[in-house]
Amino acid sequence: MFLKDYISDVYNGVASLLKGMRKTGYYFTHSKEIITEQYPDNRATLKLADRFKGEVVMPHDDNNEHTCTGCTACELACPNGTIKIITKFDITPEGKKKKAIDAFIYRLEMCTLCNLCITACPSDAIKMVPNFEHSVFDRSKLTKILNKPGSKIKEGIE
Amino acid sequence: MLSLESITKTTQDWLLAKFDPTIALAIECVIVILLCITLFAVLGLVLVLLERKVAARIQIRLGPNRVGPGGIFQTAADTLKLIMKEGLTPDTADKFLFNLAPFVVMMVAMLLLAPIAFAKNFQIWDINIGVLYISSVSSLSVIGILMAGWASNNKYSLLGAMRSGAQIVSYELSAGFAVLTIVVLTGSLQISEIVAAQENGWWLFKGHIPVVIAFVLYIIAVTAETNRAPFDLAEAESELTAGFHTEYSGMKFALFFLAEYINIFIVCAIGATLFLGGWMPFHIGSWEAFNHIMDYIPSSIWFMGKTFFLIFLIMWFRWTFPRLRVDQLLNLEWKYLLPISLFNLLLVTVVAIMGWHF
Repeated sequence: MFLKDYISDVYNGVASLLKGMRKTGYYFTHSKEIITEQYPDNRATLKLADRFKGEVVMPHDDNNEHTCTGCTACELACPNGTIKIITKFDITPEGKKKKAIDAFIYRLEMCTLCNLCITACPSDAIKMVPNFEHSVFDRSKLTKILNKPGSKIKEGIE
Repeated sequence: MLSLESITKTTQDWLLAKFDPTIALAIECVIVILLCITLFAVLGLVLVLLERKVAARIQIRLGPNRVGPGGIFQTAADTLKLIMKEGLTPDTADKFLFNLAPFVVMMVAMLLLAPIAFAKNFQIWDINIGVLYISSVSSLSVIGILMAGWASNNKYSLLGAMRSGAQIVSYELSAGFAVLTIVVLTGSLQISEIVAAQENGWWLFKGHIPVVIAFVLYIIAVTAETNRAPFDLAEAESELTAGFHTEYSGMKFALFFLAEYINIFIVCAIGATLFLGGWMPFHIGSWEAFNHIMDYIPSSIWFMGKTFFLIFLIMWFRWTFPRLRVDQLLNLEWKYLLPISLFNLLLVTVVAIMGWHF
């Protein structure tokens, strides 16, 4: 009985090792499986994963309109104070005052790309994009104002 | 036909004609030393590059591809970097032993080159106890490793060195038994006779199942003896921060690194000699035409081809299997490899006595 266990131990061990070697041997002989991006050489055709997060941006449409209401939910959600929203009051044609953003300040240097601001936003005004070439010579260039100059809030977003 | 054999013969004849025998011998020694050092340097560069390329391909990467076409000068550039680095000796280290250790490891690797037959009649020293010489000298390298670990005065280094000691001492046994199976079949310890015995077929094919088992045991044992993954407990980057060579830098580190690869080459060369027929071409029974074509391939290429095949096998192991724990390592040796190799030796002896092998 002992001998039987012993031999089956050896057999199973060798079989599982061979299984592993078969897998790595398959990879070795199939160079088409190589998944690494040859980054500086293929900048034009670089393929990044969908879930890759590199920077927060605020999408604007053709009329230079965004959907940010200035609710500061993202500012509150941010764990390390990356976002600072400066609000102002627009006068609507009816003469009412309406809250809007003056500047959406985003400090990329402090951002950990945790995605909490994106999930906190009630109006999908900001999103993550897969940019990763962030190196600059001056740190102040990393403090960005996300709303474009002269942009305004889209009609019907409250 | 130009072969290594004819080159050595011409050189010797020329030297003997020009000088008296003692000086000729001295000059030959110098030539051999230079050739060995050149072989070491070239092998170090080639094997490290090969390892990195194989590792990359197995891990679905490309590997080094920046320095030179396809990255072939990568290791040369790395060596240049290591030469220019400072070889630091720690303050509290035992300075003499610390600086001696890499050279001990290197010298052991160099000594092991002596009885290896690189091609037909191309051998530094055809000693009549070649196999015994190899198994005894190869166990000396543990002294260099223990020396490095002890002299570094560092917990990690000492732990790595002690592990390496335990490992080499135990795996030497099964490596020795695997080698003995071939000695039993050949009836000789001389490398040239072992190769000559395989003229009509390599031992791996002639010796039935016992020799195949011995071959597998040999490969496992020498992987452990050269401290390579999955048996790289002595280095264990993740737990011991490189083990016995933690404190080494610059060229002294490079010597350890080089010695590791040279040792791989040597054990694979010995494995090729014992099991795969050394420089003997591949022959199939009575296929005259086929055998004739095989004979045209130079013996040195046969030898290098077989050796590099075994090296590739060991690299394949390294990049497939995870590292063993210390208790698993010793279990494997004392509970599995040693009993199996003892039984296997008995089996081979029966085969040899009854003449069942081809």
